[in-house]
Amino acid sequence: MKVLFALLAFLLLAPAARAVEPSERLSDPTLEARARALSEELRCLVCQNETIDESSAPLAHDLRVLLRERIAAGDTDAQALKFLTDRYGDFVLLKPPVEPATYLLWFGPIIVLLLAGSGALVYLRHRKAGAPVAPLSAAEEKRIERLLEEES
Amino acid sequence: MIVEFGHFALILALCLAALQATVPLYGASRNHAGLMAVGQSAAVAQFLLIAASFAVLVNAYIVSDFSLATVVENSQSTKPLLYKITGVWGNHEGSMVLWVLILSLFGAAVALFGDNLPPSLRARVLAVQGMIGVGFLTFILFTSNPFLRAQPAPLDGNGMNPVLQDPGLAFHPPFLYLGYVGFSVAFSFAVAALIEGRVDAAWARWVRPWSLAAWCALTIGIAMGSWWAYYTLGWGGWWFWDPVENASFMPWLVGTALIHSAIVVEKRDALKSWTILLAIVTFSLSLVGTFLVRSGVLTSVHAFAVDPTRGTYILILLVLAIGGSLTLYAVRAPALQGGGLFAPISREAALVLNNVLLATAAATVFLGTLYPLFLDTIGGPKLSVGFPFFNRTFVPLMVPALLAVAVGPLLAWKRGDLKGALQRLWFAFAAALLVALVGLYLAGFKPILALLGLALAAWAGIGALVEWAERVKLFRAGAAETWRRARHLPRASYAMTIAHFGLAVSVAGIAASAFAVEQIQMLHPGDTLPIAGYVLKFDGTEKVQGPNFTADRATIEVQRDGATVEELHPQRRFFPLQQMTTSVTAIRSNLLADLYVALGDPDDSNGSTVRAYWKPLTPWIWIGAVIMAFGGVLSLSDRRWRVGVAARRRLPAAHPAPGE
Amino acid sequence: MRRLLFLLPVALFVAVAVYFLLALNPNRDPTLVPSAMIDKPAPAFQLAGLDGGQGLALNALKGQVAVVNFFASWCEPCRDEHSLLMGLEKRIGVPVYGIAYKDKQPDTEHFLKQLGDPYHAIGVDESGRTAIDFGVYGVPETYVIDKEGRIRKRFVGPLNERQVTQELLPLVQQLQHS
Repeated sequence: MKVLFALLAFLLLAPAARAVEPSERLSDPTLEARARALSEELRCLVCQNETIDESSAPLAHDLRVLLRERIAAGDTDAQALKFLTDRYGDFVLLKPPVEPATYLLWFGPIIVLLLAGSGALVYLRHRKAGAPVAPLSAAEEKRIERLLEEES
Repeated sequence: MIVEFGHFALILALCLAALQATVPLYGASRNHAGLMAVGQSAAVAQFLLIAASFAVLVNAYIVSDFSLATVVENSQSTKPLLYKITGVWGNHEGSMVLWVLILSLFGAAVALFGDNLPPSLRARVLAVQGMIGVGFLTFILFTSNPFLRAQPAPLDGNGMNPVLQDPGLAFHPPFLYLGYVGFSVAFSFAVAALIEGRVDAAWARWVRPWSLAAWCALTIGIAMGSWWAYYTLGWGGWWFWDPVENASFMPWLVGTALIHSAIVVEKRDALKSWTILLAIVTFSLSLVGTFLVRSGVLTSVHAFAVDPTRGTYILILLVLAIGGSLTLYAVRAPALQGGGLFAPISREAALVLNNVLLATAAATVFLGTLYPLFLDTIGGPKLSVGFPFFNRTFVPLMVPALLAVAVGPLLAWKRGDLKGALQRLWFAFAAALLVALVGLYLAGFKPILALLGLALAAWAGIGALVEWAERVKLFRAGAAETWRRARHLPRASYAMTIAHFGLAVSVAGIAASAFAVEQIQMLHPGDTLPIAGYVLKFDGTEKVQGPNFTADRATIEVQRDGATVEELHPQRRFFPLQQMTTSVTAIRSNLLADLYVALGDPDDSNGSTVRAYWKPLTPWIWIGAVIMAFGGVLSLSDRRWRVGVAARRRLPAAHPAPGE
Repeated sequence: MRRLLFLLPVALFVAVAVYFLLALNPNRDPTLVPSAMIDKPAPAFQLAGLDGGQGLALNALKGQVAVVNFFASWCEPCRDEHSLLMGLEKRIGVPVYGIAYKDKQPDTEHFLKQLGDPYHAIGVDESGRTAIDFGVYGVPETYVIDKEGRIRKRFVGPLNERQVTQELLPLVQQLQHS
């Protein structure tokens, strides 16, 4: 609870600013684009439901600036992210790393799809179409249409 | 005094719910008409009592009765009237009363409008509704009582979170609750059917309208929540895969599977145990959502003030309701015999594919939402799962679904002609190709995934129209014949076309967000900012006083070709009581694109950061949802539901008529 | 075989319910982010001091067990733990250092004058960069650094008596005798 207070302390003092400030932006548009893309993959630790690109928390601002410094200094995307995960852990990444602890997470959906799909296929195979139905004659078709129209 | 009456009404409602949960069940097992009928009167009376209790609570907020603890914590006297009322459900206690109100509303509706149901089924359905009611009414009375007094009553309250002071609060929670509490009826039907040991076409016919109604409401509820976030948060985001957002999305996915699967039960007497399972799972996911929001196990911007004792209580409810129903399913479902046979390529098979994809999608969202929690509880690393995961897992599942949604309706029951269906869809394919080529020409190869999304949307949308054109023999049988056929098509058929078309519209809106344009600048009075063919001229800000806030109101002229076409007034609001600032965005929408302007930080010399976005097709996200819901409502109004089981028969007695 | 398949949903639910039960543990805080710096060397830093003070640098900490507390005058919970911090150094027998996080010097000085100065030495981190190097995401946070200069534990939020007696004291004693 108390931790929430500390975090709220950040929020309450944060101005209504949203997302990256004009003054934060790098002059090189390619680098800036990289920075924005990376920011969108980083979770703000104060407002934990926003990316640092969106969050108005002072820490988010600091991290945005820091990220741009790293990129401007020549870090690759992976190196810049590692700079942050070294300090804050993998929690700060919105895309969890693919490692044994997360295999179930990343491969779960495809496993479920394969299981459900094969289950459905087995079920469908069981349900054979039965004897092929002879096509309707023109007179029978007309009769069916009339019946259907009368019903609706 | 009135407050005590409200409290007492809730207690009485609990007693009635207990009655409703037990007597009709016993009556059904003994086939005793009188005891079964108790269910109906109990359901209606329960609803009236809870409605009265709710009215008392709303009144307490309106008159700012600060002797009630919840009113103190969530309201203030200077709040505008609309928000005093909507603030009733902007907190845990009040929203739980809304929850049981809607639960009892549906129960009463089944009691009053379920005359076409066999008495024993209706009695059992009402009994299960009663059981759920007992669970949540005891939860309210013992852990979340809104009628507790604050001693001594303070002079004014703590006010509401300023972000909630918005019309969105008036609509989003009520529709959302109508949706996922509404699926309790499908749940009750499923459990009742399992108790009876019988699931047939008639059951599916009875359960579909209730599921459809809940589905429509949930579609609107989710869309409103998304739209509210969009215009409130200030950077145009509308979905974050936040745990609570996902908690409402999962019932929607499974609910969509349910309303489609029920068609197969009704038409072909197949997929019975699967449909029962879906009905149970949909509401179970609603219950899990309730747990996640109110127990504090996850962080979310939506989470109410949390309390582990409340969490434990809800978990017990979950174990009883979900565990109980799924155990009943394990015991009784294997005895349900399937009926109609069908080929691997047929409309039934297409609906099976629909169900496989939707169920997998729901499982994916479930996995992504709860995985960090699971890891955390077993002492694993602390991770977070966001957009990037869902983009790589959920989105690919939707591709085959969108491809199939155009093909499925063109396949016949029992045995379909895939080649023929695809041939008839040549026009949809052409449209998709055209969209892709135009997109490539305008935007190049970079947003290739977004272009794919737009092409898929075109395929699905035009495909829905192609199916209708086939049915009315458009351009092939003459205008008079087409008109005659169009007039006689059942409403449910139009509903399907419209709902699928709505889906395509939403998908187009979602795909097009990749083409949004953004401009963020520090502007001073007189400065201009060009964006997407417009020029925005910043005229400065002025101070404005609201009922419980002060605001900086900016004036921004939107100019096109030198002439001002509109004035936008984004605001930055400060609420002194909560010491919070919110932003009010200004949006100019022509329904094809949104010009979205938000105010950022001021600087020391009369300037302000202005964020401007041009978002093409974004309004379609919500327009598509409204179209989908409209399709659902249209289907509900189809006469065949009201006729019920005993249809008029004007056929020669020698030929027993098959179902359509 | 078919019967077993029907048991799958309830079996899955039981697994989920067990996790939920574990998650309801009242000691668990879902917003808590565990430190990624545990057992890693503390980041090098050199901070100026308050008006007239000598400042704080990592080198000064080496060779001894140290406790570093990040605080700010604008932080409400920092006030809550302040009475506990006063006299903490005497209680645990190791120096307690303070780093003022994103705070204006006059405000920090006023804060300390008002409530007392519990710190052996104070560093001023106005930019917040040193804090980021530590992995700080809110204030107050308290770090325990061992003799070799490695971070051994982090407390997030204001310290309470239970944490001091049951966690901080034993750890400090253990580190001092290693």
